[in-house]
Amino acid sequence: MTDTSEAPPVDGVPVTIDGVEILAAKGELIIDAAERNGVYIPRFCYHPRMEPVGMCRMCIAEVDTGRGPALQPTCMLECTPGMVVHTDSEVTKKAQEGVLEFLLINHPLDCPVCDKGGECPLQDQAVSHGPGESRFVEEKRHKEKPIPVSDLVLLDRERCILCDRCTRFAKDVAGDPLIHFINRGNNTEVNTFPGEPFASYFSGNTVQICPVGALTSSDYRFKARPWDLEKTESTCTTCAVGCRVSIESSRNEVLRYQGVDIDPVNWGWLCDKGRYNLAALDSESRLRDPLVKGPGGAFEVARWSDALRAAANAIQAGLDAGGPGAVAFLGGARLTNESAYAFTKLAKGVIGTDHVDCQLADGMPAEAVLGLPKATIDDVCAPGGTVLLIGPDLKEELPVLFLRLRHAVLRDGVRLVQLTSVPNGCSSLASVVLQHRPGEAHEVVRALFADIPAGRDGGGVNPQALDQARALLRSAGDPTAILGRQSIAEGAEWVLDAATALLDAAPATRFLTAVRRGNTHGALDMGMAPGLLPGRATLAEGRDWFAPRWPTVPAAAGHDAVGILQAAAAGQIHTLVLLGADPLTDFPDRQLAARALSTVPNLVAVDLYITESVQHASVVLAAAGFGEIDGTTTNLEGRVSVLNQKVTPPGTARADWEIAAELALRLGSDLQVESVDDLRAEMAELAPSWAGVTDELLFSVDAADGVVLPLPTATATEPDAADADAAAAEGQSAAEGEAGESDADTPAATGPVRPGLVSFAGGEPLDPPALDAYSLRLIATRTLYDQGTFTQLTPSLAGLAPGTVLRVHAYDHDRLGVPSGTELRVKTPIGSVRAVVVTDPAVLRGTAVAVFNQPDVPLNELIDATQRVTDVRIEAGDR
Amino acid sequence: MITDVEPIITARFDQPDAHTIDGYERTGGYQALRQVLASWSPARVAEEIKDASLLGRGGAGFPAGVKWGFCPPGVWPRYLVVNGDESEPGTYKDRLLLERDPHQLIEGVLIASYAVGAAQAFIYIRGEMALAQERMAQALNDAYARGYIGKNILGSAFSIDVVMAWGAGAYIVGEETALIESLEGNRGMPRLKPPFFPAAKGLYMQPTIVNNVETLSNVPWIVRHGAAKFTALGAEASKGTRVFAVSGHVNKPGVYEVEFGVTTFRDIIMDPAYAGGIRDGNQLKCFIPGGASAPWFFEEHLDLPLEKGTVDRAGSMLGSGAIVVMDHTTDAVKACMAVVRFFAHESCGKCTPCREGTTWLERILRRILDGYGRPSDLDLLMDVADNISPGIAWPPKQTTICPLGPSAVSPLSSALGRFRGEFEAYIARAEAARAEQPVVLAGAHAHAHDHGHDHDHDHDHGGHH
Repeated sequence: MTDTSEAPPVDGVPVTIDGVEILAAKGELIIDAAERNGVYIPRFCYHPRMEPVGMCRMCIAEVDTGRGPALQPTCMLECTPGMVVHTDSEVTKKAQEGVLEFLLINHPLDCPVCDKGGECPLQDQAVSHGPGESRFVEEKRHKEKPIPVSDLVLLDRERCILCDRCTRFAKDVAGDPLIHFINRGNNTEVNTFPGEPFASYFSGNTVQICPVGALTSSDYRFKARPWDLEKTESTCTTCAVGCRVSIESSRNEVLRYQGVDIDPVNWGWLCDKGRYNLAALDSESRLRDPLVKGPGGAFEVARWSDALRAAANAIQAGLDAGGPGAVAFLGGARLTNESAYAFTKLAKGVIGTDHVDCQLADGMPAEAVLGLPKATIDDVCAPGGTVLLIGPDLKEELPVLFLRLRHAVLRDGVRLVQLTSVPNGCSSLASVVLQHRPGEAHEVVRALFADIPAGRDGGGVNPQALDQARALLRSAGDPTAILGRQSIAEGAEWVLDAATALLDAAPATRFLTAVRRGNTHGALDMGMAPGLLPGRATLAEGRDWFAPRWPTVPAAAGHDAVGILQAAAAGQIHTLVLLGADPLTDFPDRQLAARALSTVPNLVAVDLYITESVQHASVVLAAAGFGEIDGTTTNLEGRVSVLNQKVTPPGTARADWEIAAELALRLGSDLQVESVDDLRAEMAELAPSWAGVTDELLFSVDAADGVVLPLPTATATEPDAADADAAAAEGQSAAEGEAGESDADTPAATGPVRPGLVSFAGGEPLDPPALDAYSLRLIATRTLYDQGTFTQLTPSLAGLAPGTVLRVHAYDHDRLGVPSGTELRVKTPIGSVRAVVVTDPAVLRGTAVAVFNQPDVPLNELIDATQRVTDVRIEAGDR
Repeated sequence: MITDVEPIITARFDQPDAHTIDGYERTGGYQALRQVLASWSPARVAEEIKDASLLGRGGAGFPAGVKWGFCPPGVWPRYLVVNGDESEPGTYKDRLLLERDPHQLIEGVLIASYAVGAAQAFIYIRGEMALAQERMAQALNDAYARGYIGKNILGSAFSIDVVMAWGAGAYIVGEETALIESLEGNRGMPRLKPPFFPAAKGLYMQPTIVNNVETLSNVPWIVRHGAAKFTALGAEASKGTRVFAVSGHVNKPGVYEVEFGVTTFRDIIMDPAYAGGIRDGNQLKCFIPGGASAPWFFEEHLDLPLEKGTVDRAGSMLGSGAIVVMDHTTDAVKACMAVVRFFAHESCGKCTPCREGTTWLERILRRILDGYGRPSDLDLLMDVADNISPGIAWPPKQTTICPLGPSAVSPLSSALGRFRGEFEAYIARAEAARAEQPVVLAGAHAHAHDHGHDHDHDHDHGGHH
């Protein structure tokens, strides 16, 4: 048999490295081709995710391209046919040893007290490729050290070897060119401009990629030696991007997260919020044991059996008072997929209520997140593509997705058309920014693909910009769209309207839904939304499938978060379970949340902290957090990846799924799961979108980057097909198999059919309500750092919440008759706050822009969650 | 051999108003441009310059006409950049060309731009050359006003803008890729070649031709008189005339235009028509034939002609046309130190061997001069040099990005090679002093610390400790 698999690829480039002929990929750098073939060439400045600069000269080697061997930086040269590289010749060795000696002459040999010592490329390569001694007898360079370059990062300029990694990252990757080389020659140093700190959301990456200990994290300095760190890979759940991280701990304490480079998602980068919020898990405020409110109204530490009994009683009381519909569950985006499944099964399959919502009116309906034609991050960032961004400021809400998109636009020719009511951190990347009135994105979408009907104006966008965008889209292939909520002061309906309009006009559009909270997608996948069952099945379609497999199934679709809180405020919900939810802070309408929490007779919380909302609970069940339990999580693409436990939960805190199982037991039902593996097995069996997601697959090398659900049909149905073949071969009828166990979706099988996946239907877009002449329509955006629990419990991040002012157009401001910068009263029919009002030419007339969840201006006092827009009046007379 | 050749590019140096547009026009100025725009194709201009084998006058001596042909076909826009960042110690010919005959350069720039199809031309002038900048600015404005620059020049279809830019005081910006970085508004740091050969990926990543001031100043004359008349002058590969700046211990330091390739070092240093011999009747010790980067020449090299190939083969270069003469009173160690220190000071800091190595060389030399040398230091100097410029050969190899690092090696290898005894004498004195007073070693440490930083000011006080 002829083995053709060994044949070289057609475009392979034959080169000889240290006497061995290898085949390099076309365009591959020598340094990469060598490493791929087992020859490590030392390097400091080279980083595979950044443009090579060839500065440190460590990777120079003799390269012969036919004109004789010459020393060349192998990080700058692409392999060409016939090239001969000597990485171990005397000339190469002497040059490399020379460079290392040069790098060390001014480098302080303070390795014993350096954070990097033990994982230091300079240290390692000094041993492997260095001369072994220094002949430098002069005094080394001295500089003040360390100096803070930001709140999170310190710089030791003596240790710095000027490799340009951090500065290149800041300029090229993050787009925050706030650290630079200054001075010249031997006096060159990295520094910030005076008075302008390295205030980048991505500053922590510079610490990770620093090849020496020059950049250190303020929260990790002197905490551990690398050889004492134990590491495990996991996925960050701070936001929905799902960056791969390494959790590193010592003596059962998580000390740092490091980015792990996976191709489809984060490329090794992390945002500072995700990187540094580990302190919140170890915070003083962390719940270590369950609490039950005593007769005096104060929380008292309880034994788990008592707390679970109390919580189960609370749920039972709700059931007794008003049946399943009197019990509701709010939150769940913090959970692992397995825990989300367990709680869905508890709520919908045991209690029988459909009042379950993992989002707090701050995301998008499940129909959109799960049902729209899907695009991955790689799809969106595919070179040469065209992307419509109809959503939030990715830099603030999904930072590493912003980095990917930034790279795609700046390096890979991706063109971005942004639809937004106010320019933001993504606008500089956009070829065209279409600034539209709040709630009218769908009008803009229509105008992009068809003439604007008479009497309309396409959402008020600039006609020239519209023409440009039209031309751009005409010349493009099928667009992808990033779809999300720009403003929490508007309902989610507008986003759906925009999606509907886009699908009408460009049916081949695929969407990346920009949900914000960590495992929102996974929780929705597991059915944590009204009208939904696990595996992207609708309640209507999935009822028959789940009914025989679960103790019960909800009778009818329930309320979403707004409905649950309204019902609670109206006294219709008797027991509300908060799953890591803090509606008083995170729900857009604080007044509704407050009424609900004070009205609901039984409030049970499963949480890591006593948040403001949890204060109202009668029972608090202490849950395990990130890094403390095993499981899986699902990012905004629908990519499932494995979460690993690194440390034990504090005190007696328990995994959420255990809590769900214990509650079910006390309500007289056994969830029949004893481990996360059991849960996953059940999910793979019952949840349609999880079909084929076996542990064998999830923990395989092929799934190291996670798997995007649903799996391609071939993979997903393979076991069934194999079974069917086997059955056929044995001459048996498929119907004779163990129907109901596995083959239920084959037509011949008895029992209900496995339901299909939810799809997006959309609806006829509505016009936004008219704006009266005295009001401005509020746009409530977000920033990375806010009053969120994790940020506020992380000392190094807590102070970074920037606060907010209310930004309005000069025209609107003039009518106020006060100078820009005056603090004024801002009112809606339901509430009022004081805010500094400033003019901003970037803001559309008739709108007002402020940031949600900031310390000084509580916008959730203004927003009425039952309204589709929030119109504010600014009162200048009432200072 | 001293030839009685008419100057080509310094012809107007004695004309007081040569820098004005009237003065220039009166002496045949812009005639070449008219001629080219009226009847020559760009290809013909390029051909003429190639035929003239006009070697680049910036240092590397690469034929300009060949360089013009390096732009990848079909890639637009292209740019022309004039390298007027003349900073090599002892080199001051471009400054005079800029100050005294700016229109000659502008005319050359326009013709060259026409030939290569440049969309815009940039004249980059060294930051310190205030008068040159002032005159060039005036000259550009005047040339615009008379229709030599701008839209549809002299009624032709040829349009171009020529702008002036100026440096901020970095020697390294004389390196063409660093100059391009500076033009783009970045720190003046060289780019790596490959892949950033300016003709392929230059200014704003577009094809860019970078030429020296003197090189382009020759272009109008060649166009007017023809390549044949140009190549009739000179010898071997070195055609036309060349301007040399002679300085140091000579009686008449100055800028002299001589026939290229035939005039010898002895002619230009000793002849009364030129530098007029060594000062005070002293003996020649050595001379730098082509700027501070060039290996030194000695008595035995005096009769070499100023011809590129000959000088290259003799182990040095004509480089930027700066001849620095040192007489027998010169302390070779201090002279070596002065040049090494210059390069250490001007190292941009981008690549490790240059940033660390040149300063290390300077500090070892400092130590030797200050009386703290050790016998092992001479081998150390050479080995550090070898790690910057492997083999210490000529032409130099380099572990660095650009030739600045190896430039610091040239004076060292020259001085140490020829005058090793002077270095050893310093060290011997130090050894002797140490033998008498061992405690002084503590002082060595403190002293090294004192001088641990930048040496901007001159403090060559070696030996008086």
